[in-house]
Formats: sequence, structure tokens, C-alpha cells
Amino acid sequence: MNFGRKDIGFRLGTGLFGLVLIVLVVAIGFELVRQSTLSIEKFGFNFWRTSVWNPVTGNFGALPFIWGTLYSSVLALLIATPVALGIAVFISELCPARFQPALVFLTELLAAIPSIVYGLWGIFVLVPAVRSVEAALPDAVRELPIFAGPAIGIGMLSAALILAIMVVPFTSSVAREVLKSVPIAQREGAYALGATRFEAISAALFYARTGIVGAIMLGFGRALGETMAVTMVIGNNPQVSVSLFAPQHTMAAVIANQFREASDELYLHALIEIGLVLFIITLIVNSLSRLLIWSMSRASGPAVETPAPLPTVAA
Amino acid sequence: MFVGFCFASVLLALLPLALILFFLVSQGLQSLNLAFFTQMPKPVGESGGGMANAIVGTLILSGLGALFAVPVGVVSGVYMSEYAGTRFSSTVRFAADTLNGVPSIVIGVFVYGIAVLPFKQFTAVAGGLALGIMMIPIIARTTEELLLLVPGTMREGALALGATRARAVFSVVVPAAAPGIITGVILALARIAGETAPLLFTSFNNRFFSTALDQPISTLTVQVYTYAITPYEDWHRQAWAGALVLVTIVLICSLLARFATRRLEGMVRS
Repeated sequence: MNFGRKDIGFRLGTGLFGLVLIVLVVAIGFELVRQSTLSIEKFGFNFWRTSVWNPVTGNFGALPFIWGTLYSSVLALLIATPVALGIAVFISELCPARFQPALVFLTELLAAIPSIVYGLWGIFVLVPAVRSVEAALPDAVRELPIFAGPAIGIGMLSAALILAIMVVPFTSSVAREVLKSVPIAQREGAYALGATRFEAISAALFYARTGIVGAIMLGFGRALGETMAVTMVIGNNPQVSVSLFAPQHTMAAVIANQFREASDELYLHALIEIGLVLFIITLIVNSLSRLLIWSMSRASGPAVETPAPLPTVAA
Repeated sequence: MFVGFCFASVLLALLPLALILFFLVSQGLQSLNLAFFTQMPKPVGESGGGMANAIVGTLILSGLGALFAVPVGVVSGVYMSEYAGTRFSSTVRFAADTLNGVPSIVIGVFVYGIAVLPFKQFTAVAGGLALGIMMIPIIARTTEELLLLVPGTMREGALALGATRARAVFSVVVPAAAPGIITGVILALARIAGETAPLLFTSFNNRFFSTALDQPISTLTVQVYTYAITPYEDWHRQAWAGALVLVTIVLICSLLARFATRRLEGMVRS
């Protein structure tokens, strides 16, 4: 549409505000690189491979934090994904229409609760509960490396659980949107061929698989960057361990904990480099997930809108 | 079996929600009294006291965030919906989604670099800026989506009467979508009012009552965090009360937004 010269001003004027968003993203990347040059130059690639984190001697290796972030997020996904998909299927396919809004509201209420409140609840309710479960495990099971170490409650398991709770509303809300975009003809076809309800729904899930993977990855992106709730229950101890009972650390948590204590410039730069990598990883995961969801909605016609930036209680 | 699994998933997700709300209310109400809203934090060992400074701080920072974010968010949302097909608008949309996915702690590090380090001072403005950056993509995307809901006939009517595009958009389309845009702003507020990570090293914390924008300022979230990780019972009780107030603020915002959306939907349908 072109309505003449006057509209150019409108287009440029509003476009300028749009430009602000692009500039912000670029500026974040630029600033993170600029503020971490000391660490990048001094440690290079070793920063990502070594586990020494010693501010006194000025040696920094981020491996335990990367490990902790990835391990906790993957564990959280393993727990959250089946539950989130179950919720999405239940709300969009199984439950009577009049309960739908209430269920959507309740599940998305989970997304509205601030991270710090999850953390507070985690410290005082979840961690003691996890501790008693851990302590109750039979000794034979405790021999396994995955359950090694004393049962203190604080550690990887609590972090993964709290992350899982926080990720569920995000994944299920996107999965619901994706399921909605599966053409009715798909389901009708399945029923016409004599499929049971379960078979018809699995066919719909299979049809929507790209979008579902996108929804899961969106949850992954959320889990990677989560800070407060995790730092309050994970134990903040940098170590690479497969044990669910071991107190560990994450990239976001180490920034939150040590940033204000960073006395010298190299220390600060090392912390900001961790932020830089967190930024890059979440950027890749989120872009990939959007691409998947978008390609799904394109394939199935204009029925879906792009998923909202976050599940909203108002939705 | 399958239906059972799906139903169990719903219960499994609602269980933590119920537990969290239960503990919030039962623990929080114990120390929630008038003093909590009017008094300052007490030192360790003295029971009582409140979070007057933190409550005011949270309100100030949310206001600052909105001040930074509303103009940029709304106008870039207008751009995205008006020029939906263009490559630049796709880029803006991509930037908004990217910004929305940036972990809040990273936003904190960024703002530390641009607004704290140069002035060698933690300030309320820096905290507001961090919150504002987080609000922008939410407001932009909601504005965009809601403007697209406004019937094309309204815009066409304005254009047919000889209005310029700017006039048609700002006098007809945006006002029609205004309740929705306000909803977006409230939702963004609900989200950032609960943020802690980006404030840890931007607005920091302040033990005193301060409304100065060039000084560190206390917030409910940072105060709850500070109290929660101490070993003191009194402070734990205060932390629960703070969390309860926080969640109440967030829920009120969400319900307001829900109400506004209902009205908008009713309007578009009629």
C-alpha cells in the first residue's frame, strides 16, 4: 500500500522505534563481548574446557557452570515435557469446552508466579521434601553414581524439579497452539479410517511434531536462563557430576552470586563472558524453536498465529 | 489409560501451584500486618518491621520501566502491524522475540555495563532501564497482535475520508485497540514486577527509605531474596510476607488484564 509522500514520514517515524529493538539486541551482544575481552583474550577456548574457578589466582574455567546449566535444563525437560504435552492434549482435545478457560487460566498462573517466589518455596518446602525422599532411598540404589553423595536436598534434583514446574506452562501453552493448528480434516480422516480417539490424537501429535519440538525447545530456552529459583536450591557448588544429589552450579546462578563480589577486572570479565555464552546459547535455542513453530504453522495454512511471546494469564 | 495420563498431567501441574499458593498464604499471612506496609526493615533479632521501602521501590521501578518501554513498545508494535509484510518488520519482530528470550540475568549484566559501570553507582534508573528492556518486546508484540484484530473497515473508513495513514492509525486504529494495548502494558508490568535477577546489580538494594532515582533502591524481590538466604527465622517470615504481597500485585495485574481483554474481545465481535 502506498498512500503518498506524507506516509513516508509515518513509516520512517514508527520504523525508528522498531529499529530500537534491533539496536538493543545488537548492543547486548556487543556490550557483552566488549566487557569480557580480558577473559576471552587470556583464556581463549580453554575457558570452556577447564574446571578451575579461582578468583584469587585469577584462573577461570567455566565448564562446571555450563555442565550445570545444561544438565539441570535437560533433566527439567525430561520431567516437564510429558506433563506439558499431557496438559496440552487434555485441554485442547479431551476436556469439556466449559472447563477449558479455567484450566488454561490455572496452568498459566504457574507462569505468572515470580521466579523468586519459586525459589523461596523451593528452599523451605521443596528442598526438605526432596531431602526426605533422598534419605529414604534404599542403600542399593544409593550406590549408583547418579544418586551418589549425601542426601542434603539442596542440589541438582531440586533444581531440576523446580525448573520443570516453571517450564511446564510455557511448553504446554505453545503445544496447545500447535495442536490447534492441525487441520480438522486430519482428525476426521483418522476417525473415518476407524481410528480410536487415542490413535486420532497420536496422528494429530505426529502431524504437529515439528511444532511440538519447537514448543519443547522454547521451554529449554526458558530453563537455560532461569536464575533465582535455581540458585536458591542448587547449592552453588561448581563441580561436574552426574549425581542428582550433588550440589552444583549454573551459568546464570554464578553471575547472580558472584557479580557484586568480582573485585578485579579479570574476574568481572570472566563472569560477563559466561553471560555472553548464555546469551548466545539461548539465542540459538530460541531462534531454532521459533523456526520450527513457524514452519509448522506455515505448512498447515494461516490458521495459527505466531505464538505469543509468553503465556499470559489473560490469554 | 491415555486419557488418564493426560488428566494426571493436569493434576501434577496443579499440585505445585496449589502447594505454592497454600504456603504463600499460610506463611505470608502470619507477618502480614499494617506495619509490614508502613515500617522499615528491622535489624536481625528485632521482630516486626516491614518492607515499606521495598514496596515503594518496586512501584517506582515498575513505573520507570513502563516509562522507558511504553513509547518504544507501542510505536514499534504499530510499525509491525502496519507494515506487516515488509522485511524490516520481520526483522523487528525477530528482534522482539529474541529480546524476549534473553535471560533476565543477561539483561542485568548488559545494563550494568551501560548504566552502572560508567557512573560507578547503582541507581534506580539503571534498575528501571533493565525492567524497561524486558517490557519492550512484550508490549510490542501484544500491540501488534491487537492492532491486527481491529476491523479493516475502520481504517478504510478513515482513509476514505481523506485521512493520512498516520492520522488513520493514531486517531482510529490505535484508540480502537487501546484496551488491548493497556492489557499488554499491564501484563508486562505483572511480569517485570516479579523480576529479581536484573536488579541485583543495577538498582542493588537499599536499607533506607529512598525515592531518589540516582541512588540504589530497595525492591520487594531483592529484599525477599536477601531475607530468604539468611538463617534468621524472623527474616524468613518477612520474606514469605513479601512474596505474598508480590504475588498479590502480580495476580491483580493479571486479572485486570484479563478483564480488559474480555472487553476488547466483546467489542471486536459486536
